[in-house]
Amino acid sequence: MEFVPAATPLTNSLTAGKLPRRSPLWVLLAGWAVSAAFFTMLFLSGAVDGFNIVGTVVLGTVLYCVTIYVLSRQVEGSRKAMDRLMTALVTAAFVIALLPLVSIIYTTAVNGLPAFLTPTFFTESQRNVVGAGGGVLHAVMGTLLVTGVATLISVPIGLLTAIYLVEYGRGRLARSITFFVDVMTGVPSIVAGLFAFALFSLLFDDPGIRFGFGGSIALSVLMIPVVVRSSEEMLKLVPNELREAAFALGVPKWLTILKVVLPTSVAGIVTGIMLSIARVIGETAPLLIIAGFTASMNYDMFNDRIMTLPVFVYTQYANQGADSQAYIDRAWAAALTLVLIVMLLNGIARLIAHLFSPKFGR
Amino acid sequence: MSTSMAPRPIKARQRPGDRIFSTSTLVAGSLILAVLAAVAIFLFAESVPAFFAPANAFTGDVTNFWSYVTPFVFGTIWSAILALIMAVPVAIGIALFISHFAPRKLAQGLGYLIDLLAAVPSVVFGLWGIGVLAPLVQPFYTNIVDWFGWFPLFAGPVSGTGRTTLTVAIVLAVMILPIITAICREIFLQAPLLHQEAALALGATRWEMIKLAVLPFGLPGIISASMLGLGRALGETMAVAMVLSPSPEVVFAVLTSQNSNTIAANIALNFPESSGIGVNILLATGLVLFVVTLIVNMIARVIINSRKAFSGAN
Repeated sequence: MEFVPAATPLTNSLTAGKLPRRSPLWVLLAGWAVSAAFFTMLFLSGAVDGFNIVGTVVLGTVLYCVTIYVLSRQVEGSRKAMDRLMTALVTAAFVIALLPLVSIIYTTAVNGLPAFLTPTFFTESQRNVVGAGGGVLHAVMGTLLVTGVATLISVPIGLLTAIYLVEYGRGRLARSITFFVDVMTGVPSIVAGLFAFALFSLLFDDPGIRFGFGGSIALSVLMIPVVVRSSEEMLKLVPNELREAAFALGVPKWLTILKVVLPTSVAGIVTGIMLSIARVIGETAPLLIIAGFTASMNYDMFNDRIMTLPVFVYTQYANQGADSQAYIDRAWAAALTLVLIVMLLNGIARLIAHLFSPKFGR
Repeated sequence: MSTSMAPRPIKARQRPGDRIFSTSTLVAGSLILAVLAAVAIFLFAESVPAFFAPANAFTGDVTNFWSYVTPFVFGTIWSAILALIMAVPVAIGIALFISHFAPRKLAQGLGYLIDLLAAVPSVVFGLWGIGVLAPLVQPFYTNIVDWFGWFPLFAGPVSGTGRTTLTVAIVLAVMILPIITAICREIFLQAPLLHQEAALALGATRWEMIKLAVLPFGLPGIISASMLGLGRALGETMAVAMVLSPSPEVVFAVLTSQNSNTIAANIALNFPESSGIGVNILLATGLVLFVVTLIVNMIARVIINSRKAFSGAN
């Protein structure tokens, strides 16, 4: 019998080596451990004061990228190595984007809480307040008034436009409205403020005009396109069968829209409106231009300056008095209030969308 | 000749309710066009005096409107482009992570998380930029100027506060991340599934599949998303006004305490105190900003619309 020598294992792309399943995790942990050791040594040698956590994570992650690429290139080949490297980089990009978000929420909470928790913060205005104390009642009221009126203006116009685009609009006018609504979403907020100022200072012939209603107009310019876009998307989702069924029963078109189309899409439309409110409630620049700032309460939308929360944050920071820490504390506390309001609006909007969205399709 | 059997088109009866309703929607739609036109007209009307303003209306050694506005136009575009250079790669990475890398069940939640970044008001970004970011990056700036000071972009003397063009660009980059990410994500999700599966079936790794089937498809979307992000960065006001330490000249170096201000920030800083012709000058700079952003946005929208049949991203 002929002796057959033991076959050397074939190497081809299908049977190439593979790193163990959990290896990326272990390499990542090892990378962090090495960089932690490096920074601990730096700390112990006295070259730097304090242990650098951010540096540890960043250096460890860079180490991971290099190591996994080299290891994978040795074992699995260059194509797989590139894949692993890109996976690491893409994941890192996502984490990088989360860092500012976490940092902003954390600093706002920590810096804002002391003044936020003072008993007068939501019960008093800044009238006759020098140094610490006082509150933001005037700014909260102003924000609610200005944003409320802006909503009252924007929602009917935005919703009717969306209905026109989905139900009636054909041809050139509809196309140009769609195009310019998209373009309008990109109008800088300060330009909206300047527009309201130019409009009313010409109308009332007052070169130094400041009043709350002008702020509402400026915010409407920013808000209408957002309402149109979101309502349009929602109206398009209403199945055509519903409209046809209504027409077949002899219901006029306008009643079909009012009684069939709108009720079907109301949850989505409300969500869109809440998100658009959340977007404009934090606008500072237009209100700084046209609504101005004051330290007193003002419930009159058509006379005198009116304070709003974002402008309050800015003026507290920009015009610090002798006791500057009190002003900065108030700025952070008002910022915290603002962030809480925006997050709340977003949360409610998502909740409505989640609870009432139609449960068909995918 | 037999009776013609051409079907008579059936027209629905026009009730008063129909007339009123359809007319009101038409009016609302046209109002939007009117508003956009009004923005341009009223801004222009109030800006005209600025174009013929006497030399003594301007501060410093500036004698006419155009030399007044030039540094601001430069500062606006310069900081926005720097922001864009930083934001676009990261945004593409995030969008790919959400569309192709993250576990399916988590993907939507992670998308909301990025959208939350868009909900943070710009003045909070401003406070954060001064309070947290500027002190954090200042030591790095000192090192960069020490090591790379020969490179014109990083020329010294370094700013002691960290409130430089680069810091502003970082803040702007964070602020425009969500919109670029959202549009890129939409487009990547719509890349043809069959192409992707074909690539995988031929033995491509996940990255090769993305390179072959997803990125080429998404390129126009990435371009227009970047343009929209650019539009946002150009018009951003408060974060710049609060963070930057400005000077009225054209400065390329990004780490010194002398930085070209942006149009929007200049308006916000000076508007409350100005009067008379000063207001007109600021309104005229606002008109310049409006025109610039309008052009950028229109180009972006034209690119998106030309691919609408495939992408639906808008």
